[in-house]
Amino acid sequence: MQRNTMAYKSRQFLTFAGPALILFCMTIIVPFIYGLYLTFTSWDGVSAEKPFVGVANYVSAFKDAYFWAAVGRTIIYSIFAVILVNLVAFLLAYMVTSGVRGQNFFRAGFFIPNLIGGIVLGYVWKFVFNRAFVAIGNKITGGETPSLLSTTGGAMFCLILVSVWQYAGYMMLIYVAGFMSVSDSLKEAAMIDGCTPSQAMRNVTIPLMRTSFTTCIFLSITRCFVVYDVNLSLTKGEPFFSSVMAAMHVYNKAFTYKDYGTGQAEALILFIICAIIGITQVYVSKKGEVEA
Amino acid sequence: MTKNEQAAKARKRKHAIMITLLIIVFILFILPFILVLINVFKDQADITANPLALIGEHGFTTKNFPEAMRKMDFLNVFKNSLIITTCATILTILVSAMASFVIVRNGKWKACAILFALMIASMVIPFQVLMVPLVSVYGGVFGILNHRWLLILLHTGFSVSMATFMFHGAIHSNIPLELEEAALIDGCSRWQTFWKIVFPLLKPTIATVAIIDAMAFWNDYLLPSLVLTDKELYTIPIATQAFYGTYSTDIGLVMAALLLAMLPILILYLFLQKYIVAGVTSGAVKG
Repeated sequence: MQRNTMAYKSRQFLTFAGPALILFCMTIIVPFIYGLYLTFTSWDGVSAEKPFVGVANYVSAFKDAYFWAAVGRTIIYSIFAVILVNLVAFLLAYMVTSGVRGQNFFRAGFFIPNLIGGIVLGYVWKFVFNRAFVAIGNKITGGETPSLLSTTGGAMFCLILVSVWQYAGYMMLIYVAGFMSVSDSLKEAAMIDGCTPSQAMRNVTIPLMRTSFTTCIFLSITRCFVVYDVNLSLTKGEPFFSSVMAAMHVYNKAFTYKDYGTGQAEALILFIICAIIGITQVYVSKKGEVEA
Repeated sequence: MTKNEQAAKARKRKHAIMITLLIIVFILFILPFILVLINVFKDQADITANPLALIGEHGFTTKNFPEAMRKMDFLNVFKNSLIITTCATILTILVSAMASFVIVRNGKWKACAILFALMIASMVIPFQVLMVPLVSVYGGVFGILNHRWLLILLHTGFSVSMATFMFHGAIHSNIPLELEEAALIDGCSRWQTFWKIVFPLLKPTIATVAIIDAMAFWNDYLLPSLVLTDKELYTIPIATQAFYGTYSTDIGLVMAALLLAMLPILILYLFLQKYIVAGVTSGAVKG
């Protein structure tokens, strides 16, 4: 058997990796390259012709004030959401690994929002904000209270709240795995050396859980930055476009206003911003990781 | 009181506080679902009058369900979601496991190294970058949107990188090379070795990939909404979105539709929660 010939190698490679290669190319590689090409054309989505326009799409993307407003809004939303998601997730993970009764039940329970898609979750919360909270508000004030979703600042607040609720359970599971990976003997050794439980937490457990923090923060940043489903169902960008996130803006630009070239250019800019933030974050947090 | 007793008492108090806190947070967590659940059995007027009451003035009703099911075409939509999720999940597992096998065992081949590097790099590309070209290529150039199998292939294509990465890790660290060599000596071809020896040993990873991807496919909205515009082919998330667009004023129907959309996966979770929690955790930690 000839194991070193090119023919053998390519046959082996194509038999095993061929299907994956084809699917990977047809969903990611080809569209990605074709997308780059589209940013240099002014395609309207219907005609067969795609007139070449050079960098005009990038110029109009950079001039598109609504796009940059949406990006700015997404950054603010992401900062709040990421911090709160991780804070809540960490505290929940701490409580469900402390040995209280029923901790498996709580772990499973907090994860429930992750089982359900963003569209459905958004509508569930829309009902809660528009009906249930308004009813409570009316009872307290005795008058007509407006829904939080109908105020400009409120819609953004609602979006953050729902995202925290949606992702906290998932990140909690990662932090739980982190807590479990720190062996009890290390904590006990620290306590014998005179640490209080909170010192042991701060100086032993948390530094050893750096990997969990890196993973969770990375996952929450990359998810928040391209939030779309919940945005669509919960606020739809309203009121007065005050809650249009970057992903929704890109979608509307391309598919609603049929400005595919600019939409694609903006998507690419979004990707670059997202990649820079993600890679910087992983790089910075990897540097500080320690091993037991 | 001895020191030990004091410590035990302090721990007990701490646990009591934590349980109380956990119960409160838990109730807040599932409150939205409870609100849907109590309102689904009321009629429209009762929900508008008081969404917080357990039972409406006009009493308990189940009439929202049959109507929502009919208007949402729930059985058909459920069937579509089931077909797409099942096929895409199985396909992802098969093609990714195969690819990762050749990549791990022949990592030095240029084709393997390039493919794997591209797959890892592609994981940071957000869907927004690919959606316009996807519609343009498959809708504009080929004109093959509105086919279930196209969505299945695209779902698989999007998840193949992550799945290959996970299988790569599993084969690399858990499958001894000696086992494959022994099979080879006994006369197995590489193909047989993979299916008879390696693939069965990948069961834990297969379960993890299946859980993560099946949940992602089941709940995905954006990609299916771009590929499937024919009402007959709608999946649950698209149907929910369309339903809300049409019947948002009839809040009783909306409640029933939302509950129907959530029910299948919640029921599944009731039985498989141990595996789902374990699968998601190991997937996230490795990924």
